[in-house]
Amino acid sequence: MSERLDVKKTYKLVVNGAFPRSESGRSYEVMTADGKFLANVAQASRKDLREAVVAARSAQVKWWNATAYNRGQVMYRWAEMAEGRRAELVEHVQLAEGVKKSEAQRSVARAIDRIVWYAGWTDKATQVLGGANPVAGPFFNFSLPIPSGVIGVIAPQESSLEGFVEAVAAPICVGNAVVALASERRPTPAVVLAEMTATADFPGGVLNVLTGCTSELAPHLATHEDVDGLDVSGGAELGDELALLAAGSIKRVYRPRVNDVGNSLRRLRTFVETSTVWHTIGQ
Amino acid sequence: MTDNSLTSELGALGYDAALESASLARLQPSYGLFIDGQFTEPSRHQQFTSINPATEETIATVAMASSSDVDVAVASARRAYNKVWSKTSGAERAKYLYRIARLIQERSRELAVVETLDNGKPIRETRDIDVPLAAAYFFYYAGWADKLEYAGYGPNPQPVGVAGQIIPWNFPLLMAAWKLAPALAAGNTCVLKPAETTPLSALILAEILQQAGLPEGVVNIVTGDGTTGAALVDHPGVDKIAFTGSTEVGRLIQERVAPTSKRLTLELGGKGANIVFDDAPIDEVIEGIIDGIFYNQGHVCCAGSRLLVQESVADEVLRRLLRRVDQLRVGNPMDKNTDVGAINSAAQLERIRELSNWGEQEGATRYTSSCDLPAKGYWFAPTVFANVAQSHRIAREEIFGPVLSVLTFRTPEEAIAKANNSKYGLACGVWSEKGSRTLWVAQRLRAGVIWANTYNKFDPTSPFGGVRESGFGREGGRHGLEAYLDV
Repeated sequence: MSERLDVKKTYKLVVNGAFPRSESGRSYEVMTADGKFLANVAQASRKDLREAVVAARSAQVKWWNATAYNRGQVMYRWAEMAEGRRAELVEHVQLAEGVKKSEAQRSVARAIDRIVWYAGWTDKATQVLGGANPVAGPFFNFSLPIPSGVIGVIAPQESSLEGFVEAVAAPICVGNAVVALASERRPTPAVVLAEMTATADFPGGVLNVLTGCTSELAPHLATHEDVDGLDVSGGAELGDELALLAAGSIKRVYRPRVNDVGNSLRRLRTFVETSTVWHTIGQ
Repeated sequence: MTDNSLTSELGALGYDAALESASLARLQPSYGLFIDGQFTEPSRHQQFTSINPATEETIATVAMASSSDVDVAVASARRAYNKVWSKTSGAERAKYLYRIARLIQERSRELAVVETLDNGKPIRETRDIDVPLAAAYFFYYAGWADKLEYAGYGPNPQPVGVAGQIIPWNFPLLMAAWKLAPALAAGNTCVLKPAETTPLSALILAEILQQAGLPEGVVNIVTGDGTTGAALVDHPGVDKIAFTGSTEVGRLIQERVAPTSKRLTLELGGKGANIVFDDAPIDEVIEGIIDGIFYNQGHVCCAGSRLLVQESVADEVLRRLLRRVDQLRVGNPMDKNTDVGAINSAAQLERIRELSNWGEQEGATRYTSSCDLPAKGYWFAPTVFANVAQSHRIAREEIFGPVLSVLTFRTPEEAIAKANNSKYGLACGVWSEKGSRTLWVAQRLRAGVIWANTYNKFDPTSPFGGVRESGFGREGGRHGLEAYLDV
């Protein structure tokens, strides 16, 4: 009796809570770190990107209208789903990054723990980033962080899972919706993790993940007028150009800095707006 | 202006002019650049004049800073940062800022007069708002200088370095205070570029910095036009750019700064919606609408330039609003009774005229105050457009003048949709007696500032700034420190 043949998986996009192929019908070959064929991954087009932005815009309203407690529950459930599929994530990180299994295991563990960390921020960011302001007059004045809206993320190219989690979980936990371009050559860990949002009760469209050619898609994300912020972490040498394109619609732009260490909240702060309400006090 | 021309009963009672004395300004005929603690001649000996927009008379000549002057100013700021300011403790920085606040208070009448002469805004506003608030911002941020570790940005937040700050002409002294106070408190040194048409109060402030004994080079002030600002934006020795002005220029600056490691905050244009529900107290509403759009001649980025009135009270609100508009006293800004002063420049007047003409062409109904306008100077009578559609230019573009567009709505959902239908998101007003509805609306507005049953209020403890194309970053409050810290 011959050995059982694997059931291979087709890697598709994650858009609006569904898993479509690219409307263009394109795919591209993704290789493992040691150069073996891994998969034909969907190669998203500009049209796919635009549809993802539409989905994100509509999902963002639902996501932000949910209670902070509920957003925390959903993000924590995402971590639960990931925990249950750790072995699969480890395998993908190992194949994509070419690291030893033990290192891939640690990386996946850190990534999941990071989702848990951000899940906890959903109902704390308002207190930590907001506050009451003692204005000189008969007003109750308070400032709250509100989400910027739709955030475009060019996920880090090297760190296929941890880098992706850091870039998408920060804006999502404060109520944004995300359209992310996964690492071009190492896309499968991000796709697998993003698929799990479907079983974590996220409204479809809060996290959309496109795979494909970064240099083709990223400029469209940077110039899209309905994208409010842009994380160019994975833009590498495109970073300056993307930041320039983002200026066309005054986007908030996150670029990595050397002092972004540990639990810096800069990414989170970049994608919230402080909204201040003056309410009269009187009889 | 003759009081007989006023049609209202109140206007017909008339007031005698109550003129502030221009001699209180004590202006010098000409000013140099303020670099390294001294007033210096510009390298190319170029100068420009600052005129009083209410009379078109020249009030002083100021230096035009070239890129080489900017170079010297940035070098001075860097030297002061490295040698002095970064080694000055927070507690000592605080005391300099407290001194500056006190000196502004001591010279408040002089500053108010200078500001009114240079800008054209009513003396009542400069005296009661611009100057006292400028002092208040220095007082507020003074106290932060030795408490930065409590500001929520980590245990040992560091300054950014040299800040280049470009400010507009609508609140010249106040904007200088908004920029300098948090930057200095956080430990940065500054190169400030005042607006071309209103450089004078910043130069009086330079004298105040000298009187305060602020170390040389900690603040440098370079007067000039857009080329001076561009030289500052492009200067490789600047670590941070803070800009307040139009979205068009802000976009250019963001593009210029994009390929650099410079930090950037932008406070840009707006098209604020002032939303009036049918249960709102109508007398207060009328005053709130007036404050929202005619305060400072409408030269306010957060002006309530789109009035959204619930349909059931729209006729009543419009009728009473027009009567009130007719009572506004337009004229000599130095008259303590004046409500609406001069338009700041010929160029701005032209833009207001152009957009107002578009309002008529696109079919809105125009009401213009019957006030007389002085023969000399730049003037625009308070104007209200009714029957405005969302697609009209006067509903979409920032006019930056005393021109109000009135639209109506039926349901709260429609009010939100219309208010948010703008590329801007700086400020909005909400008028209702029902607190729960006010907060419901506030939660859904995409704006950096929301005034409930009030409008155009500012305070140093209260963060101010926009969302979307109104810019990013905050000025005021604890949040205002972030713009000047390396966090």
